[in-house]
Amino acid sequence: MPNIKELEDLTTQVRRDILRMVHKVNSGHPGGSLGCAEFFVSLYKEIMDRNDHFDMDGKGEDLFFLSNGHISPVYYSVLARSGYFSVDELNTFRLLDSRLQGHPTTHEGLPGIRIASGSLGQGMSVAIGAAQAKKLNNDNHLVYSLHGDGELQEGQNWEAIMYASAKKVDNLISTIDLNGQQIDGSTDDVLPMGSIKGKFEAFGWTVVDIEEGNNIEAVLKGMAEAKSLAGKGKPICVLLKTVMGNGIDFMMHTHAWHGKAPNDEQLAIGLAQNAETLGDY
Amino acid sequence: MKTYTYTDKKDTRSGFGAGLAELGRTNPNVVALCADLIGSLKMNEFIDENPERFFQIGIAEANMMGIAAGLTIGGKIPFTGTFANFSTGRVYDQIRQSIAYSGKNVKICASHAGLTLGEDGATHQILEDIGLMKMLPGMVVINPCDYNQTKAATIAIADYDGPVYLRFGRPSVPIFTPADQKFEIGKAIKFTEGSDVTIVATGHLVWEALEASKALHEAGISAEVINIHTIKPLDEEAILASIEKTGCIVTAEEHNHLGGLGESVARVLAQHRPTPQEFVATNDTFGESGTPAQLMDKYGLNSDAIQKAVKTVLKRK
Ligand SMILES: Cc1ncc(C[n+]2csc(CCOP(=O)(O)OP(=O)(O)O)c2C)c(N)n1
Ligand SMILES: [Mg+2]
Repeated sequence: MPNIKELEDLTTQVRRDILRMVHKVNSGHPGGSLGCAEFFVSLYKEIMDRNDHFDMDGKGEDLFFLSNGHISPVYYSVLARSGYFSVDELNTFRLLDSRLQGHPTTHEGLPGIRIASGSLGQGMSVAIGAAQAKKLNNDNHLVYSLHGDGELQEGQNWEAIMYASAKKVDNLISTIDLNGQQIDGSTDDVLPMGSIKGKFEAFGWTVVDIEEGNNIEAVLKGMAEAKSLAGKGKPICVLLKTVMGNGIDFMMHTHAWHGKAPNDEQLAIGLAQNAETLGDY
Repeated sequence: MKTYTYTDKKDTRSGFGAGLAELGRTNPNVVALCADLIGSLKMNEFIDENPERFFQIGIAEANMMGIAAGLTIGGKIPFTGTFANFSTGRVYDQIRQSIAYSGKNVKICASHAGLTLGEDGATHQILEDIGLMKMLPGMVVINPCDYNQTKAATIAIADYDGPVYLRFGRPSVPIFTPADQKFEIGKAIKFTEGSDVTIVATGHLVWEALEASKALHEAGISAEVINIHTIKPLDEEAILASIEKTGCIVTAEEHNHLGGLGESVARVLAQHRPTPQEFVATNDTFGESGTPAQLMDKYGLNSDAIQKAVKTVLKRK
């Protein structure tokens, strides 16, 4: 049984990391990062079967691909706190010569990263390829991916969604961060997408809903269910309902903090709402 | 020597926004499209004043290029807005077939070009876009140097019938060209007269070239600074006339040396008058995260780098 309190404490620490990283360089994307903190913590600490040692091929372990690369702060924080590199390195986020580039990249050889992302809409295709490689290798492990809801407006996703079911890529669990926000406003203001669930189902996927994407127990339960559905002939989509900016009251429920860093005062308020648990980097 | 100063700094993308807003008031056929980056492209004023002539496409740049091509059929003049990377590489075949080959009057307006977009890093910092766009038959390629020139260029391209790639940037940079300038596509502008070396620059590197020419002047080197805002069609006459006098040239751009302004100039020189040339450009590399000034320094794209290139090319005369 997972220790929920420990996972929650880690999530709080991850929120602090996110705020401090983007504040230091006055740039980066806190909103989507904060909304996905519980998801990343659950995935890396409980859901994925991971090897101790990172190598690019990732044979004999589950893989994760971040398609919405702008939420790199949450990714870097959880990778560091899962042992892929030192948490001190979070200090170098977005600085010249850092391995922690604005958007994740393989170019600097950061452990944990297997593909560059940032230009939206490309990650699902990559995840499908990696899942098919696992099948060719007789490797029973799973491939996970994460995508923004606004990101689904990119047509390449729908090519990938069509392909994955046609080719029965049933070792793939693609999660959509349903926060209802993107840069220019709510997804409904920018380009209403109707029923995303209905669309995935119509394209032949199995869909799992996680209504409380910022509740660790709900995320664990939903992801465990998704896992149990793997290997049954269909790709699996998790619709993860989250709150953008979760955990920092003035950042919640708005697109305003998609790509904006807090100032000194806002940082102090945000940190006060998330007391240190495991220790700041 | 003529010197240039500035009193104000602004981002060139705001020059685009101001030009687009003016077109909204003067040209009823101008329409605008954006792929979830209204604020970054400074399109708000146009949208507020002409909501019915604005199309929010969502994050779907390929679809945007196709819709823009379609809007021209019926006489509209579409201006698309997104980052330079997503305006070119992302949608190359859509531009190639539906816009360039089909001869459609679409204005592809691209912000955050080059390294000066800063901390977002290499995924967003395209240094290949001038090359991609100039290779398309019939495509005009423009990279203005400051707020005023970008505004003037935006207004001018509406009157030109054919596809245009307009490239501009994110950071605040000196404003040193006149507010009332008339922008002539394909016409170079000579900023300083000189006799020892020609410096041909585009975009953010024009101000750096002027700074370099000041320092060179103090060192007794007379540099002729030419602003090539239109990389295609290239003002070959202006370049050839200048090197006839100086006998050597430095090209400067915020772009890869492969495929950029420098290579266009080299082709002209090779054909008409082989001349020593040095390139101030990135050296076949991706960018990275950092502040704009740090990156321009690390990748050799500033006044210092231009001065160094001038000293090198002078030795080759
Ligand atoms: C191809 C592409 N087009 C545009 C952008 C600019 N951009 C970055 S994030 C974003 C909005 C993404 O919305 P969503 O996927 O919902 O992420 P969220 O804002 O919820 O974090 C946009 C338009 C991009 N990175 N890539
Ligand atoms: Mg979203």
